[in-house]
Amino acid sequence: MEQWFGLALVALDSAVRLSVPLLFACLAGLFSERSGVVDIGLEGKMLIGAFAAGVVAALVPNPWLGLLAAILVSTLFALIHGFASITQRGNQIVSGVAINVLAAGLTAILGNAWFGQGGRTPQLPGEARFNEIAWPLAEEARALPIIGPFYAEVVSGHSALVYLCFAAVPLTWFALYRTRFGLRLRAVGENPHAVDTAGISVTRLRYSAVLLCGVLCGMGGAYLALAQSAGFVNDMTAGKGFIALAALIFAKWRPVPALGACLLFGFLDAVAIRLQGVPLPLVGQVPVQAIQSVPYVLTVVLLAGFIGKAVPPKAIGVPYTKDR
Amino acid sequence: MTVFAIEMRGIDKRFGAVHANSKVDFIVEAGTIHGLIGENGAGKSTLMSILYGFYHPDAGSIRINGKTVSIRTSQDAIRAGIGMVHQHFMLVDTFTVVENVMLGAEGGPFTAAGEVAVRQKLAQLAANYGLEVHPDDIVENLGVGELQRVEILKALVRDARILILDEPTAVLTPTEVEHLFRMLRRLRDEGKTIVIVTHKLKEIMAVTDAVSVMRRGEMVGTTKTRGTNPQQLADLMVGRRVALKVEKTPAPPGGVVLSVRNLTVLDSHGVARVDGVSFDIRAGEIVGIAGVSGNGQSELLEVIAGIRKPTSGTIALKGEALLTGAKDEARRLRHHGVRHVPEDRHRMGLVKEFEAAESAMLGYHAEPTYGRGLLLNRERIVSDCQAKMDAFDVRPANPTLKTALFSGGNQQKIVLAREFERDPVLLLVGQPTRGVDIGAVEFIHRRLVALRDAGKAILLVSVELDEIMALSDRILVMCGGRITGERSPDRTNEQDLGLLMAGVTERAA
Amino acid sequence: MKRPAGDLPLWYSAGLVPFLNVVLAFLVAGLVVLAIGANPLQAVRILFTGALGSWYGMGYTLYYTTTFIFTGLAVAIAFHAGHFNIGGEGQALLGGVGVAVIVLNLQFLPPILLVPLAVLGAAAAGAAWAFIPGWLQAYRGSHVVITTIMFNFLAFALLGYLLLEVMKRPDSMALETRPFIDGAKLPRLDELAVLFGLSITRTPVNLSLVLALLCAAGMWLLIWRTRLGYEIRTVGANPTAAVYAGVSPAQITVIVMLIGGALAGMMATNEILGVQHRLISDFTAGAGFVGIAVALMGRGHPVGIVLAALLFGVLYQGGAELAFEIPAITRDMIVVIQGLVILFAGALENMLRDRLGRVIFRMRASEA
Repeated sequence: MEQWFGLALVALDSAVRLSVPLLFACLAGLFSERSGVVDIGLEGKMLIGAFAAGVVAALVPNPWLGLLAAILVSTLFALIHGFASITQRGNQIVSGVAINVLAAGLTAILGNAWFGQGGRTPQLPGEARFNEIAWPLAEEARALPIIGPFYAEVVSGHSALVYLCFAAVPLTWFALYRTRFGLRLRAVGENPHAVDTAGISVTRLRYSAVLLCGVLCGMGGAYLALAQSAGFVNDMTAGKGFIALAALIFAKWRPVPALGACLLFGFLDAVAIRLQGVPLPLVGQVPVQAIQSVPYVLTVVLLAGFIGKAVPPKAIGVPYTKDR
Repeated sequence: MTVFAIEMRGIDKRFGAVHANSKVDFIVEAGTIHGLIGENGAGKSTLMSILYGFYHPDAGSIRINGKTVSIRTSQDAIRAGIGMVHQHFMLVDTFTVVENVMLGAEGGPFTAAGEVAVRQKLAQLAANYGLEVHPDDIVENLGVGELQRVEILKALVRDARILILDEPTAVLTPTEVEHLFRMLRRLRDEGKTIVIVTHKLKEIMAVTDAVSVMRRGEMVGTTKTRGTNPQQLADLMVGRRVALKVEKTPAPPGGVVLSVRNLTVLDSHGVARVDGVSFDIRAGEIVGIAGVSGNGQSELLEVIAGIRKPTSGTIALKGEALLTGAKDEARRLRHHGVRHVPEDRHRMGLVKEFEAAESAMLGYHAEPTYGRGLLLNRERIVSDCQAKMDAFDVRPANPTLKTALFSGGNQQKIVLAREFERDPVLLLVGQPTRGVDIGAVEFIHRRLVALRDAGKAILLVSVELDEIMALSDRILVMCGGRITGERSPDRTNEQDLGLLMAGVTERAA
Repeated sequence: MKRPAGDLPLWYSAGLVPFLNVVLAFLVAGLVVLAIGANPLQAVRILFTGALGSWYGMGYTLYYTTTFIFTGLAVAIAFHAGHFNIGGEGQALLGGVGVAVIVLNLQFLPPILLVPLAVLGAAAAGAAWAFIPGWLQAYRGSHVVITTIMFNFLAFALLGYLLLEVMKRPDSMALETRPFIDGAKLPRLDELAVLFGLSITRTPVNLSLVLALLCAAGMWLLIWRTRLGYEIRTVGANPTAAVYAGVSPAQITVIVMLIGGALAGMMATNEILGVQHRLISDFTAGAGFVGIAVALMGRGHPVGIVLAALLFGVLYQGGAELAFEIPAITRDMIVVIQGLVILFAGALENMLRDRLGRVIFRMRASEA
């Protein structure tokens, strides 16, 4: 029993870690898509952000500078997407694909040219990374039943970015439902004409959302390169941007359910790693690919309306034109 | 000296080759209800969009309450005390009433304080003008009349002193229209200035103090409503004497062609859009369906055309049951001689991106005329379209030109040619003259009567009562999905039909 | 007011604008080359001589072109019905599975039967994989963009599982099936040339190039000369008008996804049946995404797609040579250019077209 509890805690702890990049990207997508701009380029922005973080932290061993670089570069890519989608009224899906492909190509070729390690950035020393923060009395608290180990394993001992990420959930909720910006953001994704006739600039509002999206993707990227790993590795996002997109749909574009969805998908990821080759009672050995597929399958099933219905913001993907 | 609430002078606006507003002067006295009328495309909407900061004029000046203002955005217009109620409501469906009213007037970076203020203001407005709403209702669930009230409240909460209403009665029943007018008079008596943009002469006469008429981008006259009459206004709108009558000789109808029995259509919410409708149409008669738009006429038309599935009921063509529930019902019905001119040609009747010739075979592309087997024959398609264009005097008569490049009237003629020239057994016609210039209206009406005289059965749906009265041999009135009455055009009038359109049936009256 | 694009001349919208967009992509790519300290002009020279300067280079160029024609057509057919098939990658992977299943299980058949069956297998498996997102879009309203993205990941997982657990060659560590028998190979063009007494350099370009060109021609015929094509274009331009005309948008959606999936799946005839002669993992190498760039650049027209595929063939072959000559410029350079082409010819297509279009209008107006 105790052994199972210990295992559960370890799994939960790694679920928290693995869900952080998902959650950053998911909240990023939430801002963008709530404003009516589809973003399938979360993956690319996170990747180029991770790359920028890895490069800068390798040159200047300071994780915060790395984070700043990630945010700046990711935001730049977000701006390209914004320019194509908002100003040029281009196809938002196509633009997202372009961002992803461009990020994949650029990180690989530049990384290789600059550091000559096959696309990696140099291994980062401890001071260039976000290190784990032990909470007060974490070790002492272990003695307490249930709560103690939970506090020590799951709550304590993460990097600053992890706490920042989970704090972003209530902040996003508040911004969305309790502020002027949030009211307008939700409105512009549903009916931009209503926003425009109320004397509010649709363009400015959508650009702010897209920029916020860039900032959050950059943070997710920085987490990958500076906290989860010690430097940038080729294609290190490995589809996380798309799982985040799946989580966003699963959460029906709401912040608190987004937290749940990302934790669930992070947990599945943690389980998939741990269950490799381990036979389970009743079902026997489960192929790791099956567990990895669960987020995608769940999303497809949800989109198909077999369990509930995911209704996206009404104006999503449609460029705004004043003409009637 | 009278105070002018609005003084627009020398307003000029071009969109490419279209001269939408040409040196327009528009002056409205404060504390009055002012009508702005004109045909579709006369430039009314452009003028009001300029006033509301949606477009920038190429030339001209605007004074509000005697002060020159520069209106570059809607924000400027709102600040100048102008509120606008658009024809298509500018509301966020998933928001509550209070959220909608607040949008753009939140009163600070956080919504909590502003929300309290807006709620107070709504209560106050309800008390002052009888504009009652439930602030926490989700807008999606409201009826059209309530939606309009929310729109008006949006403007009043922002302290608008000038209220512009664009086609406010298009979707209202006569009763709702009466209610709206009472409200507007009350607002005027409180000192607000109101501009109503419409093309309905009757309403102009009923509610306005003064009226301005536009034609082809120009302001052709402004007059006190008391000093004019509908005929005079119609002449001004059109630019020449209009014959509101269609030459038509009585013709004895033949055998029953279409017979509809207990037809019911439920929408996705389970609401009956068409509710137990039964009627017959005989060969050689035009049956007109009158009604405020949105009362089931569109659904009825679409069911008979095979586009929409009925929930229950039967339809028979010359005694033979029509509906089989097949996926390609519309195509099958065409095979039986059912021809359909849809209500909205842009949405349904044409493909704007196609060449005219391709639009001219829409729905008939499977016919052997256009090719052999699976293949299409381009020469045949083009020559067939050329013949139709000649028959209906479509200009320019060029089948390879993109459909979008034709004017509204000529696009409609392409649709009509496609459907009329194919020997219909039953002809379904929705809004045949919507957005069409007066010259083309006469042409279309004459063609319809000619088809009737040739023994075709015709079902006409139109929201223009004049059109229904002028063309129909029998009139059915629809309200809330039901047929509320049947009339002969020479034994009824607008008041009588208006009551039926509002759902006041003989029994209830 | 929006000006319809139709009144612009064809040489402009289908010729000049795509050309300038590619030039723009190359200019930005040149900046990247500068950023890694190489000479862009030298790079372009190596790229083009590497791709077109020899029979050897041209053979490889055409081999890549073949793949991109298939994946480009797969994206384009769905475009015509107003849908965006991002699932080319996954559909192509399944195409490979289709080939392998047929060849490995029916190898007793004579080549004349086995090879066509394998081609059909590729098409059928790709179509089947595309059918599910197509059906879900048509009848459940699930957005095909999202579902095809998800299906790409699922295809990778499925192929990974199959190669690891089901079809793996027992005598090797590599994730691959056992090699195909000699009779189950599409002949290379150099092998065919021998039959005509010609001798050309041995390169991987094979008979599937002809198949790809036939598919392109077939698609032109389908879209612009058949009743079904008319229905597809109607659904793409105006689904409501399609319903009015008695055409079911749902049915058309399923049909175009089936055709698109089959085309993407046939990409495997080039890679698996023509070159690898065994099923390996990740053999698509992003070709499904190149298809998006190809379809956008070719503006959905088969002729444009063949030309765009050729350009990307040049880029892939030339890029390989380039990586060999200047090691700093890895083959990822092609991915960068691909991203830029998608950006300029796709997402920013209005930018050049409208701006230059206005100039042309003004010139015409002053002539008139």
